[in-house]
Amino acid sequence: MIFDTSLLWVLLLGSLLGLELIGKVPPTLHTPLMSGANAISGITMLAALTAIINAKPGSPLLIIGSISLGFALFNVVGGFLVTDRMLAMFSRKPTKKK
Amino acid sequence: MNFSDIIEFVIDLLAVLLLALGIKGLSKVRSAREANFLAAFAMFLSVVGLLLSSYLGDSGIPNHSWIWIIVGSLVGSLFGALLAKTVPMTSMPETVALFNGFGGMSSLLVALGVSLFPIADTEGTLKLVTDVSIAVSIFVGAITFSGSIVAMAKLQGWLATPGWTQLKARHFVNITLGVISLIAFIYLLNENPSSIWLLVISSTFLGIGVTLPIGGADMPVVISLLNSYSGIAAAAAGFVVGSQLLIVAGAMVGAAGLILTQVMCKGMNRSLISVLFGGSLSEQSSSSSGSVEYTNITSCSVEECALTLEAANKVIIVPGYGLAVAQAQHTLREVTKKLEQNGIEVIYAIHPVAGRMPGHMNVLLAEADVPYEQLKEMDVVNPDFPATDVVLVLGANDVVNPQAKNDSSSPLYGMPVLDVQEARTVFVIKRGMSAGYSGIKNDLFDLPNTSMVFGDAKKVLNDLIGELKDLGVGER
Repeated sequence: MIFDTSLLWVLLLGSLLGLELIGKVPPTLHTPLMSGANAISGITMLAALTAIINAKPGSPLLIIGSISLGFALFNVVGGFLVTDRMLAMFSRKPTKKK
Repeated sequence: MNFSDIIEFVIDLLAVLLLALGIKGLSKVRSAREANFLAAFAMFLSVVGLLLSSYLGDSGIPNHSWIWIIVGSLVGSLFGALLAKTVPMTSMPETVALFNGFGGMSSLLVALGVSLFPIADTEGTLKLVTDVSIAVSIFVGAITFSGSIVAMAKLQGWLATPGWTQLKARHFVNITLGVISLIAFIYLLNENPSSIWLLVISSTFLGIGVTLPIGGADMPVVISLLNSYSGIAAAAAGFVVGSQLLIVAGAMVGAAGLILTQVMCKGMNRSLISVLFGGSLSEQSSSSSGSVEYTNITSCSVEECALTLEAANKVIIVPGYGLAVAQAQHTLREVTKKLEQNGIEVIYAIHPVAGRMPGHMNVLLAEADVPYEQLKEMDVVNPDFPATDVVLVLGANDVVNPQAKNDSSSPLYGMPVLDVQEARTVFVIKRGMSAGYSGIKNDLFDLPNTSMVFGDAKKVLNDLIGELKDLGVGER
């Protein structure tokens, strides 16, 4: 029965990093940034994967994990694609001029 | 540490680094697109790392796991990609809310599944830690899910803000739901596994109860906050399965989301507290004094509008969400092209919260090929208004309301607005005299230099093109 306290340090440092990363964001980028960060929060897919990999054969956890994985990937794939669609519109104009 | 652990460790470190660089890059226009790709790549890398290390590990990945992994990923990715590719740009805020809700749902399901059917991995670790992280993951995940779905339904127009949600009793209901969740949590720690269902239900309702009373104008802030929650839910799920990468990434998104929420609140001159607990703005305004009736409305025809535009030297366009709803960005671009060909200077004034989400309007105008340099932010454009001949307000309302400057009893008071009334002539193109998104009367419409052009934005703009053609504008 041990608890890896380093996980709490990881939590703390991760939060501090997040606070520092976004300093000044131009309003133009609020929507894409929100959408991009949202896609990253779909990282729970790793938890779903871990659950599926470690589930015993025939366990309902396989199905629950699979549904969870589906939801997470919906978030991740959709989130990144939608962010890219938005950002593509900003970058299109300057490239045309060249 | 054996080989497979080292592989996972190295890949995880790399993934965290790339994710951090990705978030950083997303906050700058120049690097945003590459940064988005970088973050996506980091996510892909983290999956490969996990699969690879499990595959090379002692037990490997059993066949029955592979099947469910493939099924889940294919279905989820397919639908996500489909929605992302087809959704119109105008409904971007709803889409982000939906994605976010599904992310919360994912955390909720994982925690629920692991709690009901324990996996071999967690049996060795301290039970309390697992239980607490499962409860947090379920609680935050459920709130994120139900809150996001309500937010989406509101933005989509499927859900209004009913009057009864503004009753003071709502705080009591929400506190009760919170207390029930807490009780369920304590029971869960005391070896009562069935109380997990109570936790799921009470936190789901809490998410609905907190989001429902918030007015549509504040929804972007709510979505951003829920986005931050889904990061926290992910970090909690990381504790459930003991994944450091998950904890770092979740904490990063949670904290960054919080900052972004703060930035947005500042742009709208609202505090987070008043957004969350203040109810909708229109409800607050009904208690404040001031006449609701308009007394001095001047309406004019498209022809007059065209004549004034033709004689102008400098025109500022103030676009709002109404423009996007009418799908009139492209028609607007046609009008401004004509004006520019006649040597008239055209600028677009973008309020920080134009559209339904900060930055939304920039995306919509970029879609219509408006040059990036013509989009001016509020602080830059405000000193320009006194030297401007004509201002065209298209589907914007609250962001041009002088009440925010002059009337200290107005709920809008203090919100930064565009000083359009300083210009020589203001044309407001609008369907009717209905109030803006906040539900507050706009004093601008009563001013003598303001003329209303009633009609659907797209139709009016099309007529305007016709009139301008007749006047010979932009024929060269």
